[in-house]
Amino acid sequence: MNLLSARLLRAIALLGLAVLASAHVAPARAQVSIDINQGNVQPLPIAIPDFLANGGDPQLARDMAGVITADLQRSGLFAPIDQRAFIEKISNFDATPRFGDWRIINAQALVTGQMVRQGDGRIRTEFRLWDVLGGSQLEGQQFFTDKNWRRVAHLIADMIYEKLTGEKGYFDTRIVYVDESGPKTNRVKRLAIMDQDGYGSRFITSGNELVLTPRFSPTSQEITYMSFGNSDPRVYLLNIETGQREAVGNFPGMTFAPRFSPDGQKVAMSMEQNGNSSIYVMDLRSRATTKLTDSGAIDTSPSFSPDGSKIVFESDRGGNQQMYVMSASGGGAQRISFGEGRYSTPVWSPRGDLIAFTKQSGGKFAIGVMRPDGTGERILTEGFHNEGPTWAPNGRVLMFFRDLGGGPRIYSIDITGRNEQKVPTPGFASDPAWSPLLN
Amino acid sequence: MTRTMRIGKAGKIAAALCAVMLLGACAKKTGDGLDGANGGYGANGGRGGPPGSTQDFVVNVGDRVFFETDSTELTSTARSILDKQASWLSRYPRYAITVEGHADERGTREYNFALGARRSQVTRDYLAARGVGGGRIKTISYGKERPVAVCDDISCWSQNRRAVTVLGGAAGY
Repeated sequence: MNLLSARLLRAIALLGLAVLASAHVAPARAQVSIDINQGNVQPLPIAIPDFLANGGDPQLARDMAGVITADLQRSGLFAPIDQRAFIEKISNFDATPRFGDWRIINAQALVTGQMVRQGDGRIRTEFRLWDVLGGSQLEGQQFFTDKNWRRVAHLIADMIYEKLTGEKGYFDTRIVYVDESGPKTNRVKRLAIMDQDGYGSRFITSGNELVLTPRFSPTSQEITYMSFGNSDPRVYLLNIETGQREAVGNFPGMTFAPRFSPDGQKVAMSMEQNGNSSIYVMDLRSRATTKLTDSGAIDTSPSFSPDGSKIVFESDRGGNQQMYVMSASGGGAQRISFGEGRYSTPVWSPRGDLIAFTKQSGGKFAIGVMRPDGTGERILTEGFHNEGPTWAPNGRVLMFFRDLGGGPRIYSIDITGRNEQKVPTPGFASDPAWSPLLN
Repeated sequence: MTRTMRIGKAGKIAAALCAVMLLGACAKKTGDGLDGANGGYGANGGRGGPPGSTQDFVVNVGDRVFFETDSTELTSTARSILDKQASWLSRYPRYAITVEGHADERGTREYNFALGARRSQVTRDYLAARGVGGGRIKTISYGKERPVAVCDDISCWSQNRRAVTVLGGAAGY
């Protein structure tokens, strides 16, 4: 683990990211944009030629365009145009494109870029986003990096996404998840971390201990998760940069289902004592622990509202699992789920507008969303067996895991439910947790 | 001829051993992936093992009870098995035990940890009420993480909703 963490640390240090606006860029008013709040979004046709290598590595320049293209395509909001349809061949990064050539192939936006290896060995990546219809430049940035060009690609994709949709992107993010291997009766479960597009998966725990339900800190490179160590199963904190790990408190019973507060200063979790599971919150600095529920029922899966004032959780206090919202200091729990079936693993969107959940009914496991007041329930995907939604930092996309029988895999789905994608992982994968934006 | 007969005899012994092993495998299949350290029963002393042994407990008493879907109530069958467990444990006080609570896969991971914890607790409480000292009993929940039967139908789910009494402390996790 230390080795892995050291590698991770090095990778982060190597990035040496500097975001500079090009001097000659004059941002123009966009005529091209996507309204992602309308019911049926028409993906925006966008042209992304390979970046210019300028004496550098042409494969890298192609890969850069490829990663940006894949990010935007997977979002479902963009329709990258087949490069073979391109008429103009971009050969000079500083020249204005022939917009007419791009209009003919129905491109509404155009991305051009180049990668230059500098004297100091670093790679400078520059890109411009053009409004093809308006004939103007919308964005222009440059980045410096040693090796981690993929992060640059994700940052560029985020900038394009933000410029054209008006909302923050989510591509420069990572996913921590549970890698599963071995027979179902004795699965080895390891925490692994990868880029949001499934690239670069690596283990961050060894597999000696059964580990589950990781969650990212919203503010630091820390995760909290549950582990079966040598003692009772309990909640841990792990710094994924340093590899440092500590137990969250030392309680007599099992602790599980941990989640950070939005400020990263507290962890809410369930503690089980004498068969009862109640929700507690611990202040990570003072170590003060407060009991928030005391129902004698199974109270678990807490999730803070983004303003930190409320917690949604699941409880079977009414006979079976339903979702309740209470004050973050405990008390005033109100049931919000009233549909047919059982509701569990509620997760409050970072935007605050929706709560995602796992719903069981009729032998099926669905992933759905509803408003925090319980109205507007929508099922996004259904079948046996979907579980455990996690939000992208912009609240537009969810990941979850699905097990069709052989073993679990991670999928993403947007909040319209129309754009579902399998996320590639090296092995079976469950319990995805989306990081905040890294930049 | 003599040689053939010898082989036949060896074959019979092998067959008898095999039957024992099958029973062992059978008990293990309905039971736990966790108590590998206790495995190998049937290898000596017949199917039940010597009185007071782990094999004796697993085979002759029964080391596990099963639950209805989403329930933590002990069935009458479960209670009668636990009665036998309690009297056996009273006879052999040298054993500490861990009661493992398990759930089937038809629930979310976190809920199933809580459900397994309840199952281990009711089992523990029942044993304690039948005279097994509370200080001898540890409980742990594995939720749905350690199924013993792996198919997607009712026959498997019912085997996975269980509380297993493991002799000699916690399994090796």
